[in-house]
Amino acid sequence: MIGVGKIKQYSNILDKPLSKGKQEVSLSAFAFLFSELVQYNQTQVDNIAELERRLEDAGYAVGARVLELLCHRDKGNRRETRLLGILSFVHSTVWKVLFGKVADSLEKGTEHEDEYMISEKELLVNKFISIPKDMGTFNCGAFVAGIVRGVLDGAGFPAVVTAHFVPMEGQQRPRTTILIKFAEEVLRREARLG
Amino acid sequence: MASTACFIIVSRNDIPIYEAEVGSAAKREDAAQLHQFILHAALDIVQDLAWTTSAMFLKAIDRFNDLVVSVYVTAGHTRFMLLHDSRNDDGIKSFFQEVHELYIKILLNPLYLPGSRVTSSHFDTKVRALARKYL
Repeated sequence: MIGVGKIKQYSNILDKPLSKGKQEVSLSAFAFLFSELVQYNQTQVDNIAELERRLEDAGYAVGARVLELLCHRDKGNRRETRLLGILSFVHSTVWKVLFGKVADSLEKGTEHEDEYMISEKELLVNKFISIPKDMGTFNCGAFVAGIVRGVLDGAGFPAVVTAHFVPMEGQQRPRTTILIKFAEEVLRREARLG
Repeated sequence: MASTACFIIVSRNDIPIYEAEVGSAAKREDAAQLHQFILHAALDIVQDLAWTTSAMFLKAIDRFNDLVVSVYVTAGHTRFMLLHDSRNDDGIKSFFQEVHELYIKILLNPLYLPGSRVTSSHFDTKVRALARKYL
């Protein structure tokens, strides 16, 4: 067998230590895997909204796990209880671990109190994807929106998270914005906590 | 030294996903139900308290006769609750931290649905061993 060295064999995953893991994963391997994920889901659905929802659900599972793992590993077992805290956690820590860099920007919406936006010039998952004209506003960033929703939901900040393309002058590819709209109870609790 | 202790893990949606009587005292017939009742009654207190602090270990939050309820809340709002009669705060904190690591390993399994019951017998064995060690 290739690559068999003197690694200690654990009989059960629960005995293995929770290591930091490999810091880097092959981008091409991920791109292949993600493209297969999208193609598989395309065969299962009839319309775009359903496809976006499936990608979001896939991301949600990732988000729930990422939240627990990162809080334990990187934040020394401290939970986030405030809105700005959890947003900056997503914007820096989660993005850094998943995509290797912090998100480009985090903004508060001007029209509504409960809207926040995380923007990225080019989402890693969209790097090798081009959307055909007949798919309209479909964005594979729905997977990343699902991850963010999983993190926020797990931490107790239910929100509706969507991914949008925002065309920018002077750039060929549009910027991607993850729009986060928090539920009523989150704002009420924030107001109560002062 | 005999001690009573009941440990449950409650998910975000207030559904118990793991239960174990880990005390070293002899088990009475009705004790298990009483313990679970006390722990469920303490859930309300945990819910309020969890938002006031960013620490995970919430120490003793409720009393019932001579039994004390200690709680540990994870980032995903999964609550580890221990009903005990000892006063060993440090031991309990270490116990919670070790069980937290085990829980994360269970959670990382992509085939495990978060919020569903933990059925792994290996997990059960390890939790009981940790309880004997720290409590």
